[in-house]
Amino acid sequence: MKTCLVVDDSRVIRKVARRILEDIGFEIAEASDGMEALAWCRASMPDAILLDWNMPVMSGIEFLRHLRQEPGGDKPTVVFCTVEADVSHIREALDAGADEYIMKPFDGDIITSKLAEVGLA
Amino acid sequence: MKPGDCALVAELCAARAGLNVDPEKTYLLESRLAPVARREGFGSIVDLVESLRARREERLVWAVVEAMAAGETSFFRDRLAFKQFSDEVLPVMARRREGRPIRIWSAGCGSGQEVYSLAINVAEKRGALSGAKVELFASDISERALEKAQSGLYTQFEVQRGLPIRQLVDHFEKVDEMWAISPNIRQMVRWRRVNLVADFSATGQFDVIFCRHVLSALVEPMRVKVLENLAGALAPDGFLFLSEGEIPDNGAKPLYAVAGRAGLYVRNPAARAAA
Repeated sequence: MKTCLVVDDSRVIRKVARRILEDIGFEIAEASDGMEALAWCRASMPDAILLDWNMPVMSGIEFLRHLRQEPGGDKPTVVFCTVEADVSHIREALDAGADEYIMKPFDGDIITSKLAEVGLA
Repeated sequence: MKPGDCALVAELCAARAGLNVDPEKTYLLESRLAPVARREGFGSIVDLVESLRARREERLVWAVVEAMAAGETSFFRDRLAFKQFSDEVLPVMARRREGRPIRIWSAGCGSGQEVYSLAINVAEKRGALSGAKVELFASDISERALEKAQSGLYTQFEVQRGLPIRQLVDHFEKVDEMWAISPNIRQMVRWRRVNLVADFSATGQFDVIFCRHVLSALVEPMRVKVLENLAGALAPDGFLFLSEGEIPDNGAKPLYAVAGRAGLYVRNPAARAAA
């Protein structure tokens, strides 16, 4: 079973994302900020990461830059999932190594469609 | 809506556009016709249908038919068809046409996502086409759908269905809360209202026709007729993209399926090998 780490400081978003991702066959882990997510990844690299941008302690973009420097950190498919919906944020995310980008609000169709584009659904 | 109202709408849709509208699906009819009733100044859908029954005013009939014809669509819907178009069909046609334009038609283009997906494919493949000129045409039965398509404006929800993020930032600009397709992509497409069940021989011949998720919305006799019309509009060595399972029960007599390419058809069996 493929694993997905859902990183978001909103418990509600994590719960909604968990339900959608479990329905399409992922095993889910959760983190509420970038630092916690980094600890998860150092222990066990997931196949995919659904990543919020604005979070306390460490933002999504900082996390991604750290992740891509870690041993094996190039492997997870990273999909941003954020309210930041302008081209400059999207380009910054892609430059930092994001594979896809979801602009909130999202639904199950959008998450499935985006994961299909990166070969994970 | 009463059963008689639903039956009248279904009958008009079948007669004008060959549409297969199930009169039992009252909720679908009501959700599609409520905006038409509001727009046309009727107090209710029942009043709208009464007016249709009494006067059969063509403009109103078509407003109803167009509302019922609207289907779901998304960018790069069924990604494999676009991959086959981009990687196989387009280079083959570029070689065959040797300088003459490749004519591509999105028949039943709805709000434009299909034809813009094709235009993006063409733009991104331009370097590998040896300078071949590509002409893109798009048609729909609905004037309202064509207006939206021509505007090239899509909601955040629409651009997140099927469109990879790199293609979004490469080919769209954000305009307030909407996303606008870039002018160089929008200007690649020419638009026209076409009723596929009517005679459209004046549109000329096409090297590639995309007509996906259209036949399945038609009543059986019209599916056969539209398929024959499309075959007639296809160049002898051209390619027709349908959706899987859209061929009528009695087969696609004027067309041959390309083996291993679900939904892809040719007029000339010899052209299959080249795909």
